[in-house]
Amino acid sequence: MTTTSSVITLNVNGEKHTLPVDHRTTLLDALRERLDLTGTKKGCDQGQCGACTVLIDGRRVVSCLQLAMAAEDREITTVEGLAEDDRLHPVQQAFLDLDGYQCGYCTPGQICSAVGVLAEHAEGWPSAVTGDVRPEAGAPALTAEEIRERMSGNLCRCGAYVAIVDAVARAAQAPDQASAVSAQDEGSIR
Amino acid sequence: MKEFQYQRAGDVRGAVALLSADPEARFLGGGTNLVDLMKTGVERPARLIDIRRLPLDRIEPTGDGGLRLGATVTNSDLAAHPEVRRRYPALAQAVLAGASGQLRNMATVGGNLLQRTRCAYFADLSKPCNKRVPGSGCPAITGEHHNHAILGASAHCVATHPSDMGVALTAFDAIVEYETAEGPGELPLADFYLPVGDSPHRETALPPGALITGVVLPPVAVAAHSRYRKVRERASYAFAIGSIAAALDVRDGIVHDVRLAFGAVASRPWRARAAERLLAGGPADADAFAAAADAELAAARPLADNAYKVTLIRNLVVSELATLAQEGTR
Repeated sequence: MTTTSSVITLNVNGEKHTLPVDHRTTLLDALRERLDLTGTKKGCDQGQCGACTVLIDGRRVVSCLQLAMAAEDREITTVEGLAEDDRLHPVQQAFLDLDGYQCGYCTPGQICSAVGVLAEHAEGWPSAVTGDVRPEAGAPALTAEEIRERMSGNLCRCGAYVAIVDAVARAAQAPDQASAVSAQDEGSIR
Repeated sequence: MKEFQYQRAGDVRGAVALLSADPEARFLGGGTNLVDLMKTGVERPARLIDIRRLPLDRIEPTGDGGLRLGATVTNSDLAAHPEVRRRYPALAQAVLAGASGQLRNMATVGGNLLQRTRCAYFADLSKPCNKRVPGSGCPAITGEHHNHAILGASAHCVATHPSDMGVALTAFDAIVEYETAEGPGELPLADFYLPVGDSPHRETALPPGALITGVVLPPVAVAAHSRYRKVRERASYAFAIGSIAAALDVRDGIVHDVRLAFGAVASRPWRARAAERLLAGGPADADAFAAAADAELAAARPLADNAYKVTLIRNLVVSELATLAQEGTR
């Protein structure tokens, strides 16, 4: 290896891949061009559209601004790693059932981002539209307004936002999601 | 992107030593700004020293009742922290108002303070920019500047600092802690950013080779009663065109304590000390709030296309202080 490339091991969807990379390689390019995991999409390539969203150690990030080197030994989950055998992840199933897309290009990023949103909400994280961020106020209900704010890092140029919000709300109600939507907000979403 | 060497720092002293050994090296935190600038060629480091795995990712109480935020704490963890939300709510709100969920999971406290301006001329290598190429000129002054500075700018640069987090930290008298090869040091955030003057390329008072290790929030009682409000051109995921961090303690109708800082108006988060001085000990009513805003904004020197910011900030001061005063009397 030269001084500007290294051999690294990436842990993707539970599988370890050892590969030489030029240090300039983003995680996005490593996934798509080197590991043939093309579910993760390149949109703007500058952190503004969210199409390349993946999960690292369970948290959503944009893989276009993540250097592959810096992701070494961390647990990377892409859209290909969400389903369990033939059973789709509840977020994937909700996007299918509610047509949370049109052309589909932004969809893998939307889905990975939504998986992150549900985990963040389950941990009680507030958002920019949460009225009272103090912990005493309790976790905010996952209303449509909360979903729109939390998903704002994912652009959809087809404009499928209405169905995307519905799909995230539906997934939040799935039995195996820790996060739950109260009956009261359910009415405000659909 | 220019080729670069990459090293992962094992400890703080090692990180500082690696940086000192190579003048073309940069620290890599979350990378949300640096990697982007490397792609466009604005930043061309020969070596990256990855500091994300240093043990600087904790939020801890200080002995005197404040909080120490480690430099590699992510924006997400900062905004989610119960003590931050309870004692400095405007700081949590400011962080949540910035970027997207994905970027907040990557970006760090230290990197937030050191992020570069989003002035389009700074990012465009085909254009002059005194911040990027000293002495080359500032096309923004006569060009596209609707979101540029109204306070503290110079004839050499009118760029703004883009941070939301920094606005709240400035309002609460935060102190930046750093490490150099010579040992540790600290800088009040109020003195952290240098005046623009004729050297807009020199942005901070950090000594050469310094690594930010943390930010200390002193105990500020009034901060528990604070708000952050951000105005932008779309509802979410955009930089501010004007923002305010405000904290207010009113007792018997009189302002007992007040903190005010503005964002997106200057090369640094702008602490509104003139306004604070005028308000302290006086009545907590709309006339007083407006007079205080006017006192601070008397120094404003708007450009042809950004005078709206003077009105915007004035209105934000009046509305946010009125909201805080009302909440305080409930």
